[in-house]
Amino acid sequence: MSKLHSVKLPHFSASAEETTRKIPSPEEVAISMAQHIGAPCTPCVEVGDYVKVGQKIGDSEAFMSAPVHASVSGTVKEIKDVMNVGGRLCKTVVITNDNKNEMYENIKPPKADTKEDFIKAVRESGAVGLGGAGFPTHVKLATKDKIDYLLLNGAECEPYITSDYRELMENSDDVLAGIDLIMKMLEIPQAIIGIEEDKPKAIAKLTELCAKYKNISVKKLPGAYPQGAEKVLIHSLTGRVVKEGMLPSNVGCMVMNVSTAGFIYSYIQTGVPLVKRRITIDGNVVSSPGNFFVPIGTLLHSVVGFADVKKQPDRIVLGGPMMGNCAFDPDTPLAKTNNAVLLFADTVERKTTACIRCGRCVRACSLNLMPTELESAYDARDAEALERLKVNLCMNCGACSFVCPAKRNLAEKNQLAKDFLRQAKAK
Amino acid sequence: MNKLFVEASPHIRSSRTTQNIMLDVVIALCPALIAATIIFGIKALVLTVICCACCVVFELLFNIIAKKERTISDMSAVVTGMLLSFNLPVDLPIYMAVIGCFIAIVIVKCLFGGIGQNFANPAITARIALMLSFTAAMTTWAAPLASWKNSVDATTVATPLAMMAGGEDITGTYSLLDMFLGLRGGCLGETCILALLIGGIYLLARGVIRFETPVCFIGTVAVLTLLKNGFDFTNMLYQLMSGGLVLGAVFMATDYSTTPVTTKGKIIFAVGCGLITFGIRQFATMPEGVSFSILVMNCLTPMIDRFTVPKPLGALVPEKKKKEGEKNG
Repeated sequence: MSKLHSVKLPHFSASAEETTRKIPSPEEVAISMAQHIGAPCTPCVEVGDYVKVGQKIGDSEAFMSAPVHASVSGTVKEIKDVMNVGGRLCKTVVITNDNKNEMYENIKPPKADTKEDFIKAVRESGAVGLGGAGFPTHVKLATKDKIDYLLLNGAECEPYITSDYRELMENSDDVLAGIDLIMKMLEIPQAIIGIEEDKPKAIAKLTELCAKYKNISVKKLPGAYPQGAEKVLIHSLTGRVVKEGMLPSNVGCMVMNVSTAGFIYSYIQTGVPLVKRRITIDGNVVSSPGNFFVPIGTLLHSVVGFADVKKQPDRIVLGGPMMGNCAFDPDTPLAKTNNAVLLFADTVERKTTACIRCGRCVRACSLNLMPTELESAYDARDAEALERLKVNLCMNCGACSFVCPAKRNLAEKNQLAKDFLRQAKAK
Repeated sequence: MNKLFVEASPHIRSSRTTQNIMLDVVIALCPALIAATIIFGIKALVLTVICCACCVVFELLFNIIAKKERTISDMSAVVTGMLLSFNLPVDLPIYMAVIGCFIAIVIVKCLFGGIGQNFANPAITARIALMLSFTAAMTTWAAPLASWKNSVDATTVATPLAMMAGGEDITGTYSLLDMFLGLRGGCLGETCILALLIGGIYLLARGVIRFETPVCFIGTVAVLTLLKNGFDFTNMLYQLMSGGLVLGAVFMATDYSTTPVTTKGKIIFAVGCGLITFGIRQFATMPEGVSFSILVMNCLTPMIDRFTVPKPLGALVPEKKKKEGEKNG
């Protein structure tokens, strides 16, 4: 098995050993109807309605979708279009919190004795991939392919983020029970939990607990970015290669974030849908970094107000520093997929200089792409070259931009190039 | 809240910059500069400083006249100046060195678009141009350690390569240790192998260069020399330590702009350099071939790059090509 290229990233994990805390209940939450990849939901509540925690407030007929639930109890203040960090406008339900935290009365453990019921229950839970991509979990579970391996992503390869690590340390029993449940329901023979070598405590803990389950094992992953990327993880854990245009299930693998597995188990036990999640709050202005449970839909400015900041941030990153997005509006609500909020100050604009052809980007790309060549092809608007060089495979991990000594925005160019190629092909 | 700063991911970048890479190369060249100053006297240092200054000034003037962004702060002109001076005999008239700097910076580098855009190594090309224009001055070699001896011995000597090419027995004139320490005639920066290796190890440790290029370049010359001379190891060591082989393999064949980007490409490049160097040294009329080998391989670099594009992980290239072929055919 050949080793894929990777990069060494600086280590920022000040939040790692802090037990997850709760943030004070926000006065208002704004819950977006598009919390996942796929069709956005349609609100099923109206302005003025009183909603309770866990009550469904949006759903969709589409298969590729997951319902959304109220994360606080209170009154629906308004339903408006909000632009998310990806630049997409989506319907958002704003709820004024009455701080009573009243649970929805119909919450009870779902019926999940058969595979069909289980998948249906997972859909109702509103579960999406908690690692960041937000693929609706029930869609993943409903695959028709034969699955040989359930691969649990505990790599958490981006600096700063430690929310999956905290999940592994604080909720390890649920994670394992969730894995076991999924394996039983879908008749998957084997599960491997991949954890990066820089988290020895989690590896030790999970390895010990895995002794109880004969088909679940823990595998130490090299501390190299982007270890947590789906294709890279599959390659590291099984040696299999997900070919262009294929899904992991096509090579007999199902990849799931450890936090998603933990959530599924707790949902099957309690029936409480996905209304809160753990996020890491860190960054150079945060004096006490840590992990926090926040209700879905909490507005960024509440997080900033709550976080112990030394000075006002001038840059807010939702997600990790490698693949996360910059928020442009402090009123942006947090989504199910946000695993971190990073607050930075003293941002200086980066100066880009000429490419010196050092080849660092070529040796950084785990998919063997040539970012420098892709950049020139895009600058020349050469669709043929972009297609030949396979820009469509780029997963925007950012490793090329990270290593570039000329500080060129190679990963960004690749995304623009993908879009350009799509349009060129459509013509 | 302040205005929020928005940019595309990633939001952190490595501390490596073009400038600190070039600074590392300058640092790596310093041991050889010190050695040259000891071996050939203070004039070695003077020539190097003049070359660096000229290169920087030429680049700045070009930037101003061509109304381009000032690029001298990236330090690459300093590297070019140092490398060019290292490839010159220490007694070369200054005006010739200045012409060399002009060729290197203005003609080879800036006119082709500046850093990263030039296809040929500026210092090497300038050296070759000077060699062809001022052959006598470019092949007059000062005797090593002359300034220390204060003697009336010959002030110029032949280079080991010229001696070997002329069939002279070199072992009597220079011991292997002399060769390693650089106590021989030659260009000012190429003679002290010890200092060049120290610089090379520094560059490797700092991740500026990769071992493939120097190892394959020097290795190819070593193997071919051994094969030709019936496994005469002493002769091989003399060959490796003479001329500009180590300087070229460590500092010039590893130049980013003018060599292939992929590891596979770098290996092809280095082996090609080794083959040409060996060919010129052993079979051509010129005693030295390192500069020419690098220049020739510089010209082949775009082609090597074209044929060494790595296959992306999981890419479905061959099938598509087949289909297109069927359609077209």
